[in-house]
Amino acid sequence: MLRVSLREISAALKEGQVSPTELCQRCLSLIKATKFLNAYITVAEDTALKQAEESEKRYRTGQTLGNLDGIPFAVKDNFSTAGIETTCASNMLKGYIPPYNATVVQKLLDQGAVLLGKTNLDEFAMGSGSTDGIFGPVKNPWSYSRQYREKHVQHSHTENEDSNWLITGGSSGGSAAAVSSFTCFVALGSDTGGSTRNPASHCGVVGLKPTYGLVSRHGLIPLVNSMDVPGILTRCVDDAAIVLGILAGHDPKDSTTVQDTFKPFELPSFIDVSKLCIGIPKEYHTPGLSSETLALWAKAADLFENAGAKVVDVNLPHTHYSIVCYHVLCTAEVASNMARFDGLEYGHRSNMDQSTEVMYAATRREGFNYVVRGRILSGNYFLLKQNYENYFVKAQKVRRLIANDFVNVFNRGIDVLLTPTTLTDTIPYLEFIKEDNRTRSAQDDIFTQAANLAGLPAISVPTALSEKGLPIGLQFIGQAFQEMQLLTVAKWFEKQMKFPMVQLQGVMDEGHTVSHHQKSAFFS
Amino acid sequence: MWVLRLGRCFSGAASGGASSGSRLARAAPGGGRQEAAGDPGCKGRVFQNPTWQHVEQTPLSQKKVTVEVLDHLERLALVDFRNWEGVQQLEKAIQFADQLHAVNTEGVEPMDSVLEDRCLYLREDNITEGNCTEELLQNAKEKVEEYFVAPPGNIPLAKLEERDTCLQVSK
Repeated sequence: MLRVSLREISAALKEGQVSPTELCQRCLSLIKATKFLNAYITVAEDTALKQAEESEKRYRTGQTLGNLDGIPFAVKDNFSTAGIETTCASNMLKGYIPPYNATVVQKLLDQGAVLLGKTNLDEFAMGSGSTDGIFGPVKNPWSYSRQYREKHVQHSHTENEDSNWLITGGSSGGSAAAVSSFTCFVALGSDTGGSTRNPASHCGVVGLKPTYGLVSRHGLIPLVNSMDVPGILTRCVDDAAIVLGILAGHDPKDSTTVQDTFKPFELPSFIDVSKLCIGIPKEYHTPGLSSETLALWAKAADLFENAGAKVVDVNLPHTHYSIVCYHVLCTAEVASNMARFDGLEYGHRSNMDQSTEVMYAATRREGFNYVVRGRILSGNYFLLKQNYENYFVKAQKVRRLIANDFVNVFNRGIDVLLTPTTLTDTIPYLEFIKEDNRTRSAQDDIFTQAANLAGLPAISVPTALSEKGLPIGLQFIGQAFQEMQLLTVAKWFEKQMKFPMVQLQGVMDEGHTVSHHQKSAFFS
Repeated sequence: MWVLRLGRCFSGAASGGASSGSRLARAAPGGGRQEAAGDPGCKGRVFQNPTWQHVEQTPLSQKKVTVEVLDHLERLALVDFRNWEGVQQLEKAIQFADQLHAVNTEGVEPMDSVLEDRCLYLREDNITEGNCTEELLQNAKEKVEEYFVAPPGNIPLAKLEERDTCLQVSK
């Protein structure tokens, strides 16, 4: 029951096959059973059950609020949620309880959806592994899947079942793991450089990054104001379209949302791609791309071609510089955004109080981890008077060149671009931590951050399993505000690939003590 | 640290070769429908080989930042380097960013926002919410009545010699 799509569970709720409270309880049980994944930082059990009860009343009186009434969802812990601790996985905001809901959270609650909890992430969404938060790393549910376990030969008899677990990717790893392990039907992430699409690819779920300006950022604790967008993680493309329909639109509280009226759309069931033109950017074939991902990419291109679409090579000449440009702009904006954390009005406050400067410095010293501190210092360096022109303004110019690359390609009649999402399938945590956060981000964000620089919508669709039995996703990049076209193409592709569902039964047999009640909740 | 080269177009160290950016642009003509239209037999295909390579950067070109600048950064950011690894991180970050200088951006305007062509939304200047003093004060650690309490201001951070910072070691 927990594995079905949004549409199916909504129908089940309407027909009374399951009640909102029962559904909520099953999800909460499953969250407890999968606690070892460390996907959730806060589980809002009481408020969730209360919301579920209210939803049940509405179903009884036939006055439901919409398609999402009673449906459990999770939210990344950098979205403000009234009355529920919001930490951004950082000591700086530990214990911080926002007095308001982020607009996107409020919109979902207004539809009657049930908020299960806040998911784990890299500290302040800085990272590509969901490993650098204070609550510990998130484990990829696929580490425990039958598909992976069957292919994975334990190399030494001392390696126990759990020591070589795999990362989820990041920074919205908790949200991706939550959706992938069936504990909720949709989760919100944030996407600044690929933070929704990267873990979506590694966890075998759909990760949508909407156009910049389409979805409100009010309440999303900002990382890079000119690139952040809330991301949507679901198990199928249809679900992403449904949720986008609710979240998109102008918000007076976020002046960077566009004023155009947004019309929610439904994706067609019969899709004809023969009139489409798909672009394959040459420069996205980078060193480090695994042969499996490359083969899948080629296979996808052939798939479209055989269906009658035009598939052409395109050039995005400044691709090589986009990661560098992103690095400079990101650290510069981070340096500015993190300045608000001084301990005075909210968050952690140091006991050192000889002067405001000393207090601020000590608070920030105690509150931030090495990743955040590193980015703040780099950002400040690039913003120094002597460096401003050479680094910051230069990066802004390069940003325009990159955005123009995309405009040029789309102007030539390309509808949608097809690229890999990540270089390889996911890797073990022990392997991942051999390099530092910045190096990893530079490597892992390579395909995803250009869409953030240009503000374009992009979606990662789970494509196939690698030889190791792990998910590989491919990315589609669309034209600004053309989410309907983008999602239609993605849906067609998803239907063709028939990506397998993760088989997690194995985990129950390996000594995780689970009560009979929880077990039945899991297997239903 | 890797530097970008396109196949046979060598351009020396990362900071040199200002023309490599434009060479990149010129080396890849057309693409897109025009190419396909010109040659009906040409089909879009995923490139079989990587279209560029990483190159290890020589240690000599590694950027060194003076202690004065590091001290200045610590004061501006009110965040400390913690140890020499932190300083090295900064140097690596600068080195990485130096690759930008290879791009030819003559005549290009900086881009602040992707929505630069639109007018910013300004709402009517009417009060729509407020009166939430208590709620807002709840999150502050130190407060008195309706005030946030701050330690004494206008006292600059201690000089390098008197601060507890890893940067002292070098002086």
